[in-house]
Amino acid sequence: MALRMWASSTANALRVSSTVSRTNFSLSRCFSTVLEGLKYASSHEWVKHEGSVATIGITDHAQDHLGEVVFVDLPDSGTSVSHGSSFGAVESVKATSDINSPISGEIVEVNTKLSETPGLINSSPYEDGWMIKVKPSNPSELESLLGAKEYTKLCDEEEIH
Amino acid sequence: MRGGLWQLGQSITRRLAQADKKTIGRRCFASDADLKKTVLYDFHVVNGGKMVPFAGWSMPIQYKDSIMDSTVNCRENGSLFDVSHMCGLSLKGKDTIPFLEKLVIADVAGLAPGTGSLTVFTNEKGGAIDDSVVTKVTNDHIYLVVNAGCRDKDLAHIEEHMKSFKSKGGDVSWHIHDERSLLALQGPLAAPVLQYLTKDDLSKMYFGEFRVLDINGAPCFLTRTGYTGEDGFEISVPSENALDLAKALLEKSEGKIRLTGLGARDSLRLEAGLCLYGNDMEQHTTPVEAGLTWAIGKRRRAEGGFLGAEVILKQIEEGPKIRRVGFFSSGPPPRSHSEIQDSNGQNIGEITSGGFSPCLKKNIAMGYVKTGNHKTGTNVKIVIRGKSYDGVVTKMPFVPSKYYKP
Repeated sequence: MALRMWASSTANALRVSSTVSRTNFSLSRCFSTVLEGLKYASSHEWVKHEGSVATIGITDHAQDHLGEVVFVDLPDSGTSVSHGSSFGAVESVKATSDINSPISGEIVEVNTKLSETPGLINSSPYEDGWMIKVKPSNPSELESLLGAKEYTKLCDEEEIH
Repeated sequence: MRGGLWQLGQSITRRLAQADKKTIGRRCFASDADLKKTVLYDFHVVNGGKMVPFAGWSMPIQYKDSIMDSTVNCRENGSLFDVSHMCGLSLKGKDTIPFLEKLVIADVAGLAPGTGSLTVFTNEKGGAIDDSVVTKVTNDHIYLVVNAGCRDKDLAHIEEHMKSFKSKGGDVSWHIHDERSLLALQGPLAAPVLQYLTKDDLSKMYFGEFRVLDINGAPCFLTRTGYTGEDGFEISVPSENALDLAKALLEKSEGKIRLTGLGARDSLRLEAGLCLYGNDMEQHTTPVEAGLTWAIGKRRRAEGGFLGAEVILKQIEEGPKIRRVGFFSSGPPPRSHSEIQDSNGQNIGEITSGGFSPCLKKNIAMGYVKTGNHKTGTNVKIVIRGKSYDGVVTKMPFVPSKYYKP
């Protein structure tokens, strides 16, 4: 775990350049990446809805503020999550933070790589650092979430304060 | 320390929790404005310090480096901390030593002039009011540094006892060093870098020793001590010279000594097995339970004469019922208030500090267990979010100390 975390801090430094190749992204004032096409919760989780499955993780802004993630507590596949409720926790060097589910549904897959390599959340928050895949039980919940522009604005406001 | 991502974001972007954001709008937060600033505040901000409220002060929790990198760099090269929020205090007068010995467990009379020790201010029940580094400058001048968060209560406690002591004819007075700032310079490069800025020979100054000397042209109080387990110094410098000194120390190290915030400071002291008052020691904890019996001088054990001595001396004789010990553990890092169980699932105590060790790359923690479960190698369970994880009682410090001793 340890060595991989050192790798993750290097990846962190390279983060901006590695995402430049994407066509759709916006860089907020706080220099965190926010991807177009995803939905965001104000508690800093993202959702990517593709077909019947929605993938959930935490945002670049969130991982940047947490610092190196050293442990991720995730539920088992087959359990259910509900909109706005905690489904797990991320541990950084200094703090424990709850992760809230932006939507309700049944967990169909858990990213087991995170138990060995929690630093993926830092190095690749939107790709390799995904946390759970959910079969949404109430797809209309997605509508209540923030778009990329609104979420970028939220991050910027947080930085100002 | 537990909160959603949102709260964490808030704390790190120096917002205080506010029930009603609308009334405050986006103007300067009233509660932020009330926070005290050290003379290095602007310097911290310019250097990327993430300022957070701490014990009534706005202090950097980290700079641009991560807490992990900062912690490791302190042990490989060095760290410079602004600890001006801590309260420096001089007690003067011919009866200073007998006065102070009523309040602390240290053998102050037995200290050689120019040396100091970690000590504990006790209450009538033998509990800890605060921990402090006490230095005997001369037989009628004691220099102390107490915790920022305990300043008001410590000063009230000392003042109350001073009044009654003076009313009986005792000669003691105090001076609170609010005209000074305090910098902690820690790590293997601390001594060589500081040596550039003073004519005094630091190789003759050992751990726990104190001198008044010129550093970078300013009259400073220098103590070879710290809160990281590394060799290093705490420098009390006139506030008007603090910024120049901080810049000079960083420049002389050619960038190797880095500004380091409270986050890494906490990791460093935890790795060094040192108590954080308020977490690992509280009003109801005795120095014996906290594993600080060594700090009670032999003469003090024989004579007593400090607040709560009856309780403390009896505990030394009979052994305390609970003891502070260290742990390694698997799973998520234990945090304060995590339950500790024996291998049968019976409650035996509670974690008081814990985290992921940046230097050891594994979980470390300290906490109190019932006597009998305190021996090194004892297997325990630590309960985190309802699940129990394996832990083992471990000797502290977790990372070997490197104090400069003869």
